[in-house]
Amino acid sequence: MNLLGKLSWSEIPLHEPIIMGASAMMILGILSVLGWIVLKGYWPYLWREWLTSVDHKRIGVMYIVLALLMLLRGFADAIMMRAQQAVAVGDAQGYLPPHHYDQIFSAHGTIMIFFVAMPLVIGLMNFAVPLQLGVRDVAFPTLNSVSLWLTASGILLTNISLVVGEFAKTGWVAYPPLSELEFSPGVGVDYYLWALQISGIGTLLTGINFVTTILKVRAPGMSYMRMPVFCWTAFASNLLIVAAFPVLTATFAMLLLDRYLGFHFFSVGAGGNPMMYVNLFWIWGHPEVYILVLPAFGVFSEVTATFSGKPLFGYRSMVAATMAICVLSYTVWLHHFFTMGASANVNAFFGVMSMIIAVPTGVKIFNWLFTMYGGRVRFTVPILWTIGFMVTFVLGGLTGVLLAVPPVDFQVHNSQFLVAHFHHVIIPGVVFGAFAGYTYWFPKAFGFTLDERWGRGSFWCWFIGFHLAFMPLYVVGLMGMTRRMQHYDVLSWQPWLLVAGFGALVILAGIACQMMQLVVSIRAREQLRDATGDPWNGRTLEWSTPSPPPAWNYGVLPRVTERDAFWSMKQRARVTRDQPAQAREYRPIEMPKNSPTGFITAFFAVVTGFALIWHIWWMAALGVVGAFVTLLVFAFRDEEEIEIPPDEIAQFYRRDRVEAAV
Amino acid sequence: MRRGGIAVVLFSATALAGCSEGVLNPKGPIASAERQILFNSLGIMLAIVIPTILATLGVAFWFRSSNRRARYLPDFEYSGRLELLVWSIPIMTVLLLAGVNWVGSYDLDPPKPIASKEKPVRVQVVSLDWKWLFIYPDQGIASVNRLTIPVGTPVNFALTSSGVMNSFWVPQLGGQIYTMAGMATRHNLQADYPGTYRGRSANYSGSGFADMYFDVDAVPAEKFAQWVDATRGAGAVLDAQAYADLAKPSKAVAPFTYRSVAPDLFSRILTAGMRRDDGSQLTTPASERTTK
Repeated sequence: MNLLGKLSWSEIPLHEPIIMGASAMMILGILSVLGWIVLKGYWPYLWREWLTSVDHKRIGVMYIVLALLMLLRGFADAIMMRAQQAVAVGDAQGYLPPHHYDQIFSAHGTIMIFFVAMPLVIGLMNFAVPLQLGVRDVAFPTLNSVSLWLTASGILLTNISLVVGEFAKTGWVAYPPLSELEFSPGVGVDYYLWALQISGIGTLLTGINFVTTILKVRAPGMSYMRMPVFCWTAFASNLLIVAAFPVLTATFAMLLLDRYLGFHFFSVGAGGNPMMYVNLFWIWGHPEVYILVLPAFGVFSEVTATFSGKPLFGYRSMVAATMAICVLSYTVWLHHFFTMGASANVNAFFGVMSMIIAVPTGVKIFNWLFTMYGGRVRFTVPILWTIGFMVTFVLGGLTGVLLAVPPVDFQVHNSQFLVAHFHHVIIPGVVFGAFAGYTYWFPKAFGFTLDERWGRGSFWCWFIGFHLAFMPLYVVGLMGMTRRMQHYDVLSWQPWLLVAGFGALVILAGIACQMMQLVVSIRAREQLRDATGDPWNGRTLEWSTPSPPPAWNYGVLPRVTERDAFWSMKQRARVTRDQPAQAREYRPIEMPKNSPTGFITAFFAVVTGFALIWHIWWMAALGVVGAFVTLLVFAFRDEEEIEIPPDEIAQFYRRDRVEAAV
Repeated sequence: MRRGGIAVVLFSATALAGCSEGVLNPKGPIASAERQILFNSLGIMLAIVIPTILATLGVAFWFRSSNRRARYLPDFEYSGRLELLVWSIPIMTVLLLAGVNWVGSYDLDPPKPIASKEKPVRVQVVSLDWKWLFIYPDQGIASVNRLTIPVGTPVNFALTSSGVMNSFWVPQLGGQIYTMAGMATRHNLQADYPGTYRGRSANYSGSGFADMYFDVDAVPAEKFAQWVDATRGAGAVLDAQAYADLAKPSKAVAPFTYRSVAPDLFSRILTAGMRRDDGSQLTTPASERTTK
């Protein structure tokens, strides 16, 4: 019996210079960062203040850091694909052989959806939702840390696959029978499945945590219809997570049983049915689209209202539209495979249902429009992302409705038209939304605003680059080019793909601007300092607390009497300005204690995942036991909270006069 | 404005694309009808989307904070009439589109036979790793990676796969349909003009996927008859053994034909796909299948 399972030295692709180069860069990067931390002596600080933190704000920041790092990885994949398709025409095979190219497009999709888009929106929700609700943390702070680190485990496993073994060569949807052992005997699909199983559990826990928080943990007076729209969209999104992620987990579990124990859920023959996987995958997959885009819609709502100096137009409509999308998203999954041969009854029904989703989405667009109407629109970076989103997304939605018409779908399904469409909704919808939220809440998180000029530059590069990169794909799609082609022999496609490749470079310039923005802003942080806690003249509660907020968020929990709670507080304060500010009476605050549970559990999850991928059974057992014992130790902890004495709170607010000013 | 410019570029581009090949240059009734539905839906939506884009840019620009001529309405957050409008515009658009969609789904349902005086040509399609096998059961011949069909005659397809899922797509003749092992999907297409049209697999199926294309030769009826006769006169016989050899994975296979085909080969491929009881074996799927 081999103690290392299927693992051997030959699994490291030493003969592939491109993979080894990328791996070396990644490992060097990680080592140099770790070395820098050790040399500077930051390790204890990092461990105490971040890695073991259960503070929702820090967890939110860490999610976004993870997402931005993975954006670089996913984008590197994108550039490699664009470069390959720019040159692999006619008899040329390009520089990436199929077995490498196929891993790249599979990794690109998996990373961008699960490890960029998801952590971005979950990070923003983590940071902003408790602040907006006027509370001190989420319902289950330690669970929140477990969620974060399980997501990080999935990310780590995916990146390990670059160095040891291979990633899936099945596309990010991993349809059987191709993803079955018979056709994909390597470890690639196992990396994909275990990475997503582990991070999927983290995501499910996030969903449970946030549904509980929004239903049960709100400031006094914060009734449902006074919640900021971002909280509503976060609520809808997390309800979807709770309902959809178990489907994905169960589906992957069945595929794992097929691959590991010779079951026949989705295999060819023996009663297996691959169509079932496709259905189940998209029963998760379509709600997933709205899990991502609804919080982004929430960000756009906040940004539009704030920078127009007006309340959101049609708040009730917005809430209704959000919840309508939440429900309807479960009734459309079949539009991902009209071409599977279902009857016209089925196709027509799902086509109509898919179009109906466009109604609440359209309502949202009009409501943002009317929010700006009669406002004083300040063209800051967040509103640029928002307007850029509005004008781009309606066209992406248009092509989506085209794809919802079965006879049209037959002609463009699986083509580059489809690729263009889903980037046309996800990039403006989710990515622009996340960047708007990043710029909007950055001063709240770190106490200084981001540089405007580099921010603008980044927006224009992304906006123009996006159109250059994806509009040509609609054209080649209509010309008959399918997705996932390692090379092609139709010469007339090449000019369009060259334009698309150039567009990707323009987006790269946008990403470079964002990096510069961060560097420039950190250097100029004293000039950009947000001393008031309210740099944008905000409307919701998070702007009523100092930037960055103390661990306890609010010295005294705010009492909410209206929608746009902070705005109305400011209005009242203006009227009663002459009255002397009352000295606050602070009570001791109980805060959850930091806990390494999440980090250690995630470590064992990585061990388990890696061992299962390589069939190292003893190590897998060790990992499971380790994770279980960690959680057991946490369950039997003696003290779970620390008390912050009133003196310390009062001292904080004497130093920071913000709260007293209101 | 900016966006308008992009739209113009997009449409001139698609028009350009339509000149040569692809979805916008249909050569048969199905592809033409599908293109018509594409244009109708696009038109209905552009009628609402373009004004929305312009209104967004216009409102944002006019109500910029530096414009002192714009009225500031800090409390304008509800209007029953506008709410009615914002809900009814998308609802009416979608009602219209849903009608187009409903009718189109039935008219262009892939298994629906094409109305014609001509008797349809039957073709059985098997997607293999990584090539296409076309069996003509009525003529008793078969062809790999080239589909020859008579012009003006409906072609009735039954499709399956030897293993992984593929999608049979000839953009200039009509939309695609999946091929799945152990199952037969149905499709009907027709070419109205002679010519050679590119077809390909639209569903990623592994490392040979990029080369998994074929040409459709649409030829006049008499030429088709000549081609059938010529094919019958040369080439190998497609029996169980030859099929097992053919099904072994291979890439970029040059087209060739079989002069005769074992009867019921297609239905045996189908039932083998259903019965095969050990999906985890790593043998070449098809060779195992035919030995059963």
